[in-house]
Amino acid sequence: MSLNVIWFILFVIIISGYLILDGFDLGVGILHMFAAKTDTERRISLNSIGPIWDGNEVWLVVGGGVLFAAFPVVYAALFSGFYAAMMLVLLFLILRTVAIEFRSKRDQPRWRSLWDFIFALSSALLAFLYGVAFGNVISGVPLNQQGYIAINSVLDLLHPFALWMGVTTVALLALHGALYLNLKTTGAIQARVQKWTPLLMGAFAVCAALATVWMFIDQFPSALVYLQGWTLILPLLAALAFAGIFILERRGVEFWAFICSSAFVAFALFTLGAGLFPNLLRSTINPQYNLTIYNAASQENTLTVMLIIALIGMPFVLAYSAGVYYIFRGKVHLSPHSY
Amino acid sequence: MDPEFLSRAQFALTISFHFIYPPISMGLGLLMVIMGLQYLRTKDPVWRQASFFWVKVYGLVFAMGIATGVVQEFQFGTNWADYSRYVGNVFGSLLAAEGVFAFFLEGGFLGLLLFGGHRLGPRMWLLATFLVVFGAHFSALWIIMANSWMQTPQGYELAQTQWGTQAFMTDFVAIVLTPSFLPRLLHTLVASWMVGASLVLSVSAWYLLKHKHQAFAKKSLALALWVFAVLSVLQLFVFGAQMAITVTNYQPVKLAAMEGLWQSQACAPMYLVGWVNETAQTTTGLSIPCLLSVLAYMNPQAVVQGLTTFPSDTWAPVNLTFQVYHIMIDLGFLFPLIGAIGIFFWWFGRQVYIVRPLLWVFVSTIVLTQVATISGWWTAEIGRQPWIVWNLLRTQDAVSPLLRGDQVLLSLLMFIVLYALLFALFIFLLNQKIQEGPEALTEEHLHASLPDTFREVFRQARASGE
Ligand code: HDD
Ligand code: HEM
Ligand code: HEM
Repeated sequence: MSLNVIWFILFVIIISGYLILDGFDLGVGILHMFAAKTDTERRISLNSIGPIWDGNEVWLVVGGGVLFAAFPVVYAALFSGFYAAMMLVLLFLILRTVAIEFRSKRDQPRWRSLWDFIFALSSALLAFLYGVAFGNVISGVPLNQQGYIAINSVLDLLHPFALWMGVTTVALLALHGALYLNLKTTGAIQARVQKWTPLLMGAFAVCAALATVWMFIDQFPSALVYLQGWTLILPLLAALAFAGIFILERRGVEFWAFICSSAFVAFALFTLGAGLFPNLLRSTINPQYNLTIYNAASQENTLTVMLIIALIGMPFVLAYSAGVYYIFRGKVHLSPHSY
Repeated sequence: MDPEFLSRAQFALTISFHFIYPPISMGLGLLMVIMGLQYLRTKDPVWRQASFFWVKVYGLVFAMGIATGVVQEFQFGTNWADYSRYVGNVFGSLLAAEGVFAFFLEGGFLGLLLFGGHRLGPRMWLLATFLVVFGAHFSALWIIMANSWMQTPQGYELAQTQWGTQAFMTDFVAIVLTPSFLPRLLHTLVASWMVGASLVLSVSAWYLLKHKHQAFAKKSLALALWVFAVLSVLQLFVFGAQMAITVTNYQPVKLAAMEGLWQSQACAPMYLVGWVNETAQTTTGLSIPCLLSVLAYMNPQAVVQGLTTFPSDTWAPVNLTFQVYHIMIDLGFLFPLIGAIGIFFWWFGRQVYIVRPLLWVFVSTIVLTQVATISGWWTAEIGRQPWIVWNLLRTQDAVSPLLRGDQVLLSLLMFIVLYALLFALFIFLLNQKIQEGPEALTEEHLHASLPDTFREVFRQARASGE
């Protein structure tokens, strides 16, 4: 396997890691206002992600860094082409961080409900923007010969399919967050999210089904790939994981239902990746302008050095992340020093 | 409007705002590690009380650092797309390494640090503190490495690809160890520790002025004062001087701009304050003769190269570089003085706790050290102009080609408003923490049997699990 392929796979894995881990943070945020009503409940909701959300967000930062280093031309095209969208992502990332950290610093209902609202809103909009981004990656973007995205305004990125992918992603992460809250809470919050889980599953299933049909009607090249070859196995595994959520959730096996939902997120992204391969960004102007894992990549020395860095670093990351998750496992208990 | 100018303004604003916080994370973190060690050594409860107090401030600062750091990571791609392509092979890998090695460490253990004080025994909590602080230093190391490569690039070769010129990596070790890396790293770390020490100094002096939390404040003040005094002397004579020598050797045209030196000159003077007239090409002000030659070459008769020996299209904005540089230098002279006076009053009968004017000076140090570090970075970065990568790529050729002025104007306005709000909130909450002061420690805090080894930590986790 060539270094370019390895880095493509690693990049997809990192993005999946991000969407699994920060995905449930975002999901908790989306549900925050509805699942948690009283101040104590809201604190529990926040504390369910409190000690770990920052570590989860690092996956995004690392994803950005890896894209920059391994596929600089894509990093340049994507980030500058989606300028306004990126600025909004930054805005909501900042607002979310601040909301989580500042909310409980003052004991005043108005202060707290303001930050609760900001936390929920920025989480939902982040999920939506990520979905819009996936939508554009699937449908392709107007890449020109110089390898830049030629759009006139951010509205060009907000075509109906991308918007629909945004809605789909919000539904998915809300579901993922609900399964996580089910795991971390008891009492009223848990009762609410348990009640909503089937609804969220239904909503997501409808969204995803429609999105799939849409992809074939519009004949996006990245969707047609599945009609040939072994790649079909990835969406099938995703479907299996989704069924797993349904079955395990009904049996009350909270932990494994959540694991299935994580697996679903991963397989969904692998599916997306396989559909793109070997492209990273498709051009709607001319397929020759596609940015691929070969023409957009860094050269071999860099990819090798990066692989060494990843091989040294990632085992540590996985080991101590697992340790920290283990220490904070179990249901949330509030203390005066929690958020 | 010009997207290049706006992007530069935006970069300068966002990085300067980001850089308010990491130095505190590093410097205050270092002091918190010392406090934790002191508690283990002496078992004096004041030290544990101090850790409990400072960790609250630390959480606040860290949150700001994270919120503003992510912006930096994205901005290379959004605003400097041509730059990103040009240097992605080299610079991108350092940025990615920073994430893999350092941010995960910080992010992973921050939760434990912030949540751990009342859950973990002193030894395990110290370990969590240490790991977060270590992560903070480690991330500074990588980003400064990346920045140093932009200042003194090496270990690459230029190649023509379908995307124009790109710098390819030929020697990773050379990229990591560029000539300006070590001096810059040490100078910045020492500066950051000074910032952290001055925060502790400033808050404890304020408590003493208000006759609050005396025992706590005296202990913290003495520790911070010593750290501050020693570091400020080292900064002036060793690390700052070393930085100036490095610039002289590798970026002589930048040095000439920093000192406003137009003609090459033996026995070149160093200004304390001054003004550069860029049209008349003169510099006037109060100067110490020959000091620049001494500082740069350890020899009063050495010739320092002036700006006119270089093509004028490689000059940085001279007066601006000069001014920000001299803010740092003047503060660099002032800090050892403050430190020395403080130590003097400490030595003689611990007068330092009651001399009110001196305490007020201490209160101001946090602002002064922050100003010094920001000015230092502005010197380095504005002095690097017109290059974004020294002698390789001009800033004007680095900006994203399809970016429009109105887009950048909007995002710049967004950052201005957002950061102003954030800063106001930060100061408000910081002030609230300081007004609350350290909480009194109960017997329970000190003698509760908290888990204090790895085994106990994991066993307790199991017991409190499902
Ligand atoms: C407390 C903060 C502080 C203090 C007291 C000083 N510096 Fe500094 N200086 C910094 C904080 C700083 C910094 C923020 O950390 C910089 C920015 C880039 C860097 O490497 O360090 C810097 C940059 C910087 C540069 C520019 C490097 C470049 O252009 O690449 C020079 C030449 C000096 N310093 C020299 C000095 C000297 C001679 C000092 C003694 C009077 C001094 N600094 C005190
Ligand atoms: C934290 C300290 C830093 C401060 C205060 C700072 C400050 C500045 C300022 C004022 C500018 C604008 C210069 C001008 O337009 O005339 C600038 C530009 C820039 N700096 Fe820094 N900088 C810092 C660290 C870094 C680091 C660590 C990097 C890279 C790893 C970096 C990369 C850049 C880039 C890419 C630009 C934009 C191009 C330019 O205008 O030169 N800076 N910085
Ligand atoms: C343009 C350059 C820079 C980039 C791209 C950058 C990126 C980031 C990012 C993404 C974070 C958040 C990490 C997280 O989520 O946990 C962060 C935090 C941090 N950055 Fe920066 N940063 C830059 C400049 C600097 C400089 C110049 C320093 C130090 C000399 C520094 C030191 C830190 C530290 C210590 C943190 C940890 C959070 C904190 O201490 O407040 N960064 N940075």
